[in-house]
Amino acid sequence: MAHGATKEFKVTWGMVIDLDKCTGCGACMTACQVENNIAPMVDASNKMRTLSWMLVFELSNKKSGAEAEVAYLPRPCMQCGNPACVPVCPVIATEKNEEGGIVSQVYPRCIGCRYCMAACPYHARYFNWEDPIFPKGMEKALSPSTSARPRGVVEKCNFCHTRFMQAKDKARQDGGNPEGLADGAYMPACAEICPTGAISFGDVKNKEHKVFDLAQGKDAFRLLEKLGLNPQVYYVSKREWVRKLGDNYAATGKPGAAKKHS
Amino acid sequence: MDQKLQELWGEVMEEKKQCKGCGGALPFLIGFVAAVIAGWVLFPNLLYSKKVQPVRFSHKVHQEQGMECASCHVFRDDGSYAGLPNNDKCMECHADVVGSDPAEKIYVEQYAQKGKEVPWLIYQNQPDNVFFSHKAHESFECKECHLEVGKMDTPPVYYENRLSGYSKQTMKMWQCERCHAENGVSNACHVCHK
Repeated sequence: MAHGATKEFKVTWGMVIDLDKCTGCGACMTACQVENNIAPMVDASNKMRTLSWMLVFELSNKKSGAEAEVAYLPRPCMQCGNPACVPVCPVIATEKNEEGGIVSQVYPRCIGCRYCMAACPYHARYFNWEDPIFPKGMEKALSPSTSARPRGVVEKCNFCHTRFMQAKDKARQDGGNPEGLADGAYMPACAEICPTGAISFGDVKNKEHKVFDLAQGKDAFRLLEKLGLNPQVYYVSKREWVRKLGDNYAATGKPGAAKKHS
Repeated sequence: MDQKLQELWGEVMEEKKQCKGCGGALPFLIGFVAAVIAGWVLFPNLLYSKKVQPVRFSHKVHQEQGMECASCHVFRDDGSYAGLPNNDKCMECHADVVGSDPAEKIYVEQYAQKGKEVPWLIYQNQPDNVFFSHKAHESFECKECHLEVGKMDTPPVYYENRLSGYSKQTMKMWQCERCHAENGVSNACHVCHK
């Protein structure tokens, strides 16, 4: 690792998203909103105030005619190995401390200063500008998996953490090992619902998990890798222009800067 | 004007001098005791409302029949905890009145036969942002964390915090943290919070 601040875990939950398989349908975003009790906005056209733990971006190769190509990039929280958001939090409302390496966010502790939002280069964190309002009847369909957030706190994707806890309970019930879950035992809502199978999820350090090989493939890359935040979300694309966009020319200011794997 | 003010000031100072005898140990003691009573007795009484269970359920009677905690409080197949039993479980025995206890009659007639679940008060209810796994704590005895209701004929009074709505008897975060620390278990936020 390039940066010494990275904390090592026995299990490292990671996501590998195949951008060549992603059709941009947005099912992951919807599944995420349902799983995590994100209330529909009164005015969702105001993109400064919407909440979307999982957000699909459209990428373009900026060419016209027959050469024009697009790709879609789903962006959850990167659960960075060396997160920028954690050290800036003045109240330890967010930390990376639990086995598995998921960056936690404790809403009742958050004071809403939004330093973490300023620090996160992936814009993965969101601020509750309003109290959540669920349309009549919808409150009956709320998920018990995620606690409700009031106005004035920051929230973000946590790889559907409650599903992790439930998977561990299931393993204990079946006499398995909760500290070494089998591939597929723990699956976030977005990975589960993706109709094209673009999102894979598992322990990137465990050879028995599918993501172990996927994350080390030659077409695998991470977003803004040069910043040294060591994200736990990997992307795969056979298209070179897509891979180059992942770096956003952060190191050299020039497109196509050399990529170094940790 | 100035003279008047000076006269007034003089009067005030004289009154102060007369008041010298008011201080001392006794008034302090009276004030201290009053404050202690207010803080330890009056305020908690104001803060918590007392509630009783809708049915006077006797854990003792059931335990004397040879039943264990896990006979009614069960784990589901996915390892989650079902908590309190519902009518299906109770009606395995109490579809009709089988004993002579008036509390049983109330349960059978007002709840079981009407198909209505009993709105039990849960002493250990945790806030929305807590994920507690009973499965992970299976090796402990129930009474290490829960009230020892097995020996009680009448369920204990439920104290509800009027401000927060939470039970007074629920486990506090410092208790969770202390036990985790003593047993060398992680106290990372996500271990318990969601």
